[in-house]
Order: sequence, then C-alpha cells, then structure tokens
Amino acid sequence: MSAKEYDIAIIGAGVVGCAVARELSRYELGIVVIDKESDVCEGTSKANSAIIHGGFDAEPSTLKAKLNVRGNQLMDTLSKELDIPFLRCGAMVTCREEAEITKLEELLERGKKNGVPDMRILSREEAHEMEPNLDDRVCAALYCPTSGIVDPFAMTVAFAENAYANDAEFMLSTEVTGISKNETGFGISTTKGEINAGIVINCAGVYADKIHDMVCAPSFKITARRGEYMLLDRSAGDTVGKTIFQLPTKLGKGVLVTPTIHGNLLMGPTAEDIDDKEDTATTRDGLSTVRAKSALSVRNIPYNQVITSFSGLRATADTGDFIIREDSLAKGFIDVAGIESPGLSSAPAIAEYVRDIVGGILTLNEKKDFIPTRKGITLLAMLSVEKRAELIKQNPAYGQMICRCSQVSEGEIADSINRPLGATTLDGVKRRTGAGMGRCQAGFCSPKVIAMLAEKLGIPMSEVKKNG
Amino acid sequence: MAEHISLAIIGGGPAGLAAAVAAYDSGITDLVIFERDSEPGGILNQCIHNGFGLHTFKEELTGPEYAARFIEQAKERGINCETGSMVLSISPEREITVVSRTKGLRIIQADAVILAMGCRERPRGALNIPGMRPQGIYTAGTAQKLVNCEGVMPGKEVVILGSGDIGLIMARRMTLEGAHVKLVAELMPYSGGLKRNIVQCLDDYGIPLLLSHTVVDIKGKRKLEGVTIAEVDSTGTPIPGTEEFYECDTLLLSCGLIPENELSLTAGITINGATNGPVVDERLATSAEGIFACGNVLHVHDLVDFVSEEAARAGRNAAKYINDKGKKANAPVLVKFIAGNGVRYTVPCTADIANIEEDIHLRFRVRNVYKGCTIKVCEGKNVLYSKKKRITVPSEMEDIVLKPDMLAGIDGDITVSIEEGSI
Amino acid sequence: MTRNMICIGCPMGCELTVEVEDGKAVSVTGNTCGIGKKYAETEVSAPTRMVTSTVMSDAGKPVPVKTRSQVPKDKIFDVVREIKSATVRLPVRIGDVAVGNAAGTGVDVIVTKNTEA
Repeated sequence: MSAKEYDIAIIGAGVVGCAVARELSRYELGIVVIDKESDVCEGTSKANSAIIHGGFDAEPSTLKAKLNVRGNQLMDTLSKELDIPFLRCGAMVTCREEAEITKLEELLERGKKNGVPDMRILSREEAHEMEPNLDDRVCAALYCPTSGIVDPFAMTVAFAENAYANDAEFMLSTEVTGISKNETGFGISTTKGEINAGIVINCAGVYADKIHDMVCAPSFKITARRGEYMLLDRSAGDTVGKTIFQLPTKLGKGVLVTPTIHGNLLMGPTAEDIDDKEDTATTRDGLSTVRAKSALSVRNIPYNQVITSFSGLRATADTGDFIIREDSLAKGFIDVAGIESPGLSSAPAIAEYVRDIVGGILTLNEKKDFIPTRKGITLLAMLSVEKRAELIKQNPAYGQMICRCSQVSEGEIADSINRPLGATTLDGVKRRTGAGMGRCQAGFCSPKVIAMLAEKLGIPMSEVKKNG
Repeated sequence: MAEHISLAIIGGGPAGLAAAVAAYDSGITDLVIFERDSEPGGILNQCIHNGFGLHTFKEELTGPEYAARFIEQAKERGINCETGSMVLSISPEREITVVSRTKGLRIIQADAVILAMGCRERPRGALNIPGMRPQGIYTAGTAQKLVNCEGVMPGKEVVILGSGDIGLIMARRMTLEGAHVKLVAELMPYSGGLKRNIVQCLDDYGIPLLLSHTVVDIKGKRKLEGVTIAEVDSTGTPIPGTEEFYECDTLLLSCGLIPENELSLTAGITINGATNGPVVDERLATSAEGIFACGNVLHVHDLVDFVSEEAARAGRNAAKYINDKGKKANAPVLVKFIAGNGVRYTVPCTADIANIEEDIHLRFRVRNVYKGCTIKVCEGKNVLYSKKKRITVPSEMEDIVLKPDMLAGIDGDITVSIEEGSI
Repeated sequence: MTRNMICIGCPMGCELTVEVEDGKAVSVTGNTCGIGKKYAETEVSAPTRMVTSTVMSDAGKPVPVKTRSQVPKDKIFDVVREIKSATVRLPVRIGDVAVGNAAGTGVDVIVTKNTEA
C-alpha cells in the first residue's frame, strides 16, 4: 500500500492544531490532522480555565505576550464566523495587601506595553461595587475589560469542523509512531499506515517533545504541569461576574474564580509538575488547595454546589515561552510547542503566525471557494420560547428532552452525532451539546445517549465509550 | 395563547400518580400529569425488586407492579398522562412551559400545580472523590436503569461506595447477573440503607460491608482499573496507612439522593436547606400560591408507600384549594414545627391550627443512631406526643400522626426532639 | 442454640432472637408481628427467598419478572440461570408465566410489568 500524500500534516487535534488547520485551509493545500484520540479536543484543550486572557501577564516582547493580545483581538470576528460562544466578561486581579498595590501597577504597565487596552486600577470601593462577593480583605484590583470566557470544546470543534468543510482531512484514533526525512519532506508512520507530507506541524501538546525528537535533534523538554479544578452548579454561576485572579503572594500563585460561558462557576487551577503525561487525576490535597485559595479572593462560594472536579495538563516548555519555529536542521518541520497558558487565548494568533512560517517555505495560494463561516449545533436552551416552538414544529426531535439539567433535546444530540467529525463517545456528545454536563452529571441522560450512539455507530450499547 | 387547566401535576411517578388519583376523587377532573419519560411509573419502572406496597396494598409487590396498580387507577378515571413531556419552567403565577415531540412547545395556565418531580442521585463530582475520570463509574440508579431496562451490564468486577438502598439492591442484582461484587464501602459508621437490605442483598451473598470507609483514589485512564479504599476517622477524614487497592472495572455510587427542585426554583419557591425540598405547610402547600409538593421532590423517602400516602394528601389539598376558591376560612393560627435535639428537619414546617381538617403527618429524620430513646413533640412544656423507640436511625424516616384534636387550642411553636435514654 | 437475625419480612427490620433445637425454632422473640415468627422458623430450617430478575424479550429489551412465591435460598442461582436462558414474546401482561416450575422448585417465574410489543 502506498503512502498518502499531503502538503501539510498537523500532529495534534487540540485547539492549536485545529486552529492552524483552519487557517491553512484557506489555501490550496492538502492538509491532514492526525490525533491519537478518537475525538478532537482530548488533551490540554479540554481541561483548562476556558479564559481568553487580556494579555497583561506575559513579559513584553515574548511570543506569549504578542500572540495573546492578538488572539484576544481576533475573538470577536472568530466567534461570529465560527459560532463560538464567547463573552467579554472582563477580569480583575485582586490584591489583599496595601503594600502589594505596587504589583498591580507593575502589571498595569506590563499590560500597556503589551498593547492591552482600557486597563485600570480599581480602588477598594470600586472593586467591591463591581463584584460584591469579593473577600473583605481585597483592597484594590487591576481591571481588564477585554478579558473573556469561551467554550474551549466549542472553539476547538468549530476550528476542526470549518477546516474539514474546507477539505482538511482528519485521521483520529491514529498515533504517530515515527517520522523520517525523505526526498519530498517527511514520512510519517502511524498506527493506521504511512503518510508523506511536505511540511509537518507539531501541535502535540504534552507530547510535542516526543514528536520533535522523532526526527529532530532534541532542543526542548515539555513537562506536564497538572492543574486541578472544581466546577460548581449553574445556581452558583452568578457568584462573580468577572474572572477573578489573585496576585501571586509569598504563599505561591493564586487560583482564579470565574463564571463559565455555560453559567457555572469554575475555580482553579493548582500547579504541579508530573512525570506521567496521561495523569489527569485529581487529588484530595489539590482540591482542598483550590478550595482554600479561592476563598482568599471571593466569599460566599457555595462549595456544596460542586458538580465535578477535573484536572488538566499544561504543556510547559523548559524555555519559558511558546516555541513556534521551523526546526533549524529539519527544514519543513515546524514546532508549535510549549503552548501552556495563555495558549487558548493565543490559538487564533498562533494559527496566523504558523501560516506565515509556512508561507516562507512554500507559496500560499488562496482558495476561491473558502468557506469562512461555520454554524454550530443549535442549542435549544439558548433560544427564545418562540424560536424553540418553531424549531420543534420543524423537527419534533427537538421536543424530546434527553438531558434534563442542561435541557438538551434529542434533536441536538442527533445533530452532534450526525454532523461531520461528529461525536462518537459520551464525552464527545457532552462537549458538543452540554448533555451530561449539568448537576446530575449524566446520571439521567447517559442511558439514552448511549442508546443513540450505539444505533448510529452500529455497535452494542455495552461497547459505547465514555471517551477516547 | 395559553391553554388553561385546573390542575397540573409535574411528574408521573408514584407521587404524581397518587396525587392525580386523589385530586380526581376530590372532584378535579380537568387535570393533566406531565411525564418526561415515555411511560408513567417513574423510578419504579427500574426497581424490579420486591418490597413495595406492604402498607398500601397489604402485599409485597415489585416496583413495576406497584406502579401498575396506580397506573390502572389513573386509567380507570380517564386521567390524562402526557408522556414524553418535559416541563421547562413554572412561573410563580403557575404558567407552565412544557415541550414534547408530539405537541411542541406549549404554555399552560393552571389553577393549581402539584410538584412531583422526584429526586436524583448525588454524582461523583459532588462527592469530591479524587482520582482519574475513566469509564466505569456510575451512580447506582444509572446502573440499575442500564441493567434492568436496557439489558446492559456495566461491568464484571464491582465496588460499591455508599450503602444507600439502591446500592445494596444493585449489589444483589449485579451478583445475580454474574458480576463479582467485592465490597460495599460506607463513609458513615452506620448503613444508609434498610437493615433488611443488608441481610438479603449483602449477607446472603457474602458481600462485605465496610463501615467508616471511603474511596480515596481512582485508577485508570480510559477504563476503570481499580479504586483505593481507606478507613476514615470520626470526622470522615481518611486515616493514612489504611489504604487498600481493589481491582475493579465498575464503581457504583449510592451516596444519597437530592430532591430535584430546579422547576420549583423557577417558580420562586422557598427551599428548606435541610431537605433540599420546598418549605411546606400542613397542606403540603409551598411558598408559591397554589403550588403543592409531595414525594421525593419534597424530601427523600425510604418507602414508596409513604410517598403515595403523602401524594394523595397533596392531591386532596390541591383539589380543596381549587374547590374552595372564594370561600371564607377561619382566621389563621400559624405555628411552626421546629427540629429540636437530634432531629434534622421536619415536614411540614408550619401548620395553620385554625383550619386543620385532616390528620397531620409529621415526618422527620434523626441526626444519628439513637438507642432506647423517646420521640417527643412539645409545645413549650406541653407534651403533645411521646413515644419510646428501641432504635432510631438516620436512614429511616419517622412518621408521627397528629390528630386535629391533639392540636386544638395550640398557638405556640411545636418542637420535635429526641430524648436520649440509657441503652 | 440461640440465633440472632434480622427479619426481612418488611422494612422495619426487627432484630429477632431465635431458640433453635434440632434445626427447629422453638421460640422467637423480638418480632413485632407474625411475619417475623414465620421468617425465623423458615430461616433456621430451610431458608427461602423471592427472586426478581429480568427475562429477555423477542424485542431485545429486558422484561422484569419474579418468582410467584419464595424459593429455597440454595436454588436462587439455578432459578436465575433458567430465567437467563428463556425469552418471552411480547406483548406480555403482569402475571404471565415466563418460566414454568423454575429449576424444579415448583414455583413459576412470572412477568411483573405490562409490556407492549
């Protein structure tokens, strides 16, 4: 069997890989996205703070700073074009000691240098008026109105679906086992056969160093830095209206408390370097740290409303900054590595940045028939009563409720399974529709969703998977 | 425009069915039960074990048989049960938004509403069990639905956390279906389920029950590989050094039930923090005018027989509310029921002594295991009721009947308490 | 010999004390009602249990069933095995026999839920 030929092979279908695929799908290129998992958004992209940062945190002139600010700017257009739920809710960095207000000023200056607009320092009174549930000891805050919250699954899926609509191919459940240089570029060995590609783009998250080392001389190391989170029910979602950060103190880096785009309240993350790149376990200590630290900036958090806890792995590079460059020896091999926070915020700008690197290697010809827009799954819960009534009239499946907590109907779940690059697992359905994401955590809807997946996939119910 | 009905009953499980039958028999024939599932019966449809109905029917029935009796009663009366219908919200003015495949989205104005939505299980997230999040972790009720209604076995090597009745019942069920149930771990020093279920679901099959134990870690990336169980101290904190790893592919959680009051909140109903159900008076009326509550949405019951009895009262009271519109009642004398020593909550929370017509069922749960104690109901120093108990346990609801004549002339708050005696 | 046991006759769970002589109960105390006495007497001589399970239907969905009365405790797994090897044709009504004389106990296994085809 001869190898399949592509101009571009992107390894990793997280938010970065999918954003790059979408950006490159504007051009006359044969693109394949390869991922070892059975769905997109299965690694770092699925478990993070879901924040589009303002961009004041990173040191000026770093890639993190530049790409974060640019990525943030791109979100308004992108959320419209690709139907990504996004809200500029603003953020506050809170300070508990008068003596540390100077640190807020430093952050403000850094933000200005990075090009973050409209930031200002809030007095105690202003801060508490804006966020009545701030802890009493919060004495000042830095306010960044451009910070936002996003649905990271929807964002990744949107990039992937739009790339797919523009002829990018996806090879999921496909693990890259080796890469070698050949006359036309690279030969990629996978668990599903051989691929040839002129350019390889390494978006492999915590595995980016392993992929790099397959064909290049080792030049960086990626450590999985685990962050644990607690998610509270929607009834707790209005505890705060903005993302509340804490100034780092001598006790360490703080945790954030934020509303999510789905209306829940999210708290975390911790930070712990771990050896196992698959170890997304939560720990008793980690969760109690999240709890203790979140109480330092926000009061009245109803901890009894926790609906789930989870942890994610940040891909932390030993260089301190994002690594986005063509390898100096292996020409045509582009690393997009060390994409830890603010990676989600930067993803749209990383895609542009990578496009420019690709443009330096080969000529980019724009497609005449590029489709810039993508329509997401119509979510009933987001519609007005009239629109819901109309939709059910058109398609009665929207009148059959499957998930009671998030009010998701059979119509939406069927759409999530049937659309291109559709869900094949319970988690896939959950991330696309919100079914099972609510307070009962799929206790009620999972038997029905399992039955629907089994029917679509033509497998027995007992073989339907939760994830991967 | 909005349709109009006299009485809307939300939920077609045991509570909704019994409420509908009683309301109908009290003269309200313009009523509809809204049931989200494809058939009435609620959770009873998946409770295929026996043990239901000893109080109500003087015989021991399985869940589906018990449900069938009430479904039959509703049918005989021509009561309309709209299945596949999910109520999305209820306004404080009793405007109900409901969707279904066949009738689309409708807004219905009801003169009275009975909440009978039942309860849900506490999921893993709410228990803060650390570890990985692989496939193979189910609440006991979800597993019960998969096994009994879909014919799907979740796994072969099973550990159960929590000794609630559903967990115990599933220990037996999974064993009979060929699985190996390794143990049941319970955080508390006493079981959360009925004693008879410990005997007939665990002891009969040699399944150990580890009291004061909990799951402290979960192993497995995609599929569950095992759990670590540790002993806990009196505060529920794991004791280091007591950890033991158990290989398993299935973890069932039976760690408590939570009344499902999302809809009650849309109607602005006041919720009792101790029960997670609405605050109700002796008529089972909530804080929202014309909205009543009964069954597990009001407070979690152990016995369906008590649910049916309570629901029938809600049905009669809702009917009376509709029939008595415009009639003059006595000037109210409101008293509060107070959960005193050893009592976690009471249902109802208040009563209008001047207008009582039926017996009041005062239901409550105790805080702890008390042996050789006395249950006392007092108004100040005035003892209204007193009963010696060999044992009271938190897992079993207490039910005291207060007759109208016992309460005649009372106008102070009434306290229910446990007087601890010598063992 | 004295045996302590918990009655499973109803949810009360009475703690019974049974005096046993030659495998027979000679006195039962701790029971609230007649069910407790009878339970103790059977339990010390030849314990029995109800069995509830599901039988597969021709439509591929399980239908709940129970033994019409109690069967010897040591026959439970034999009864379940027979139930598992049987199928019923829908529709079925409550009381329909799914397995006759299950595992030679003389007790029928009957349907407990009206189920349409």
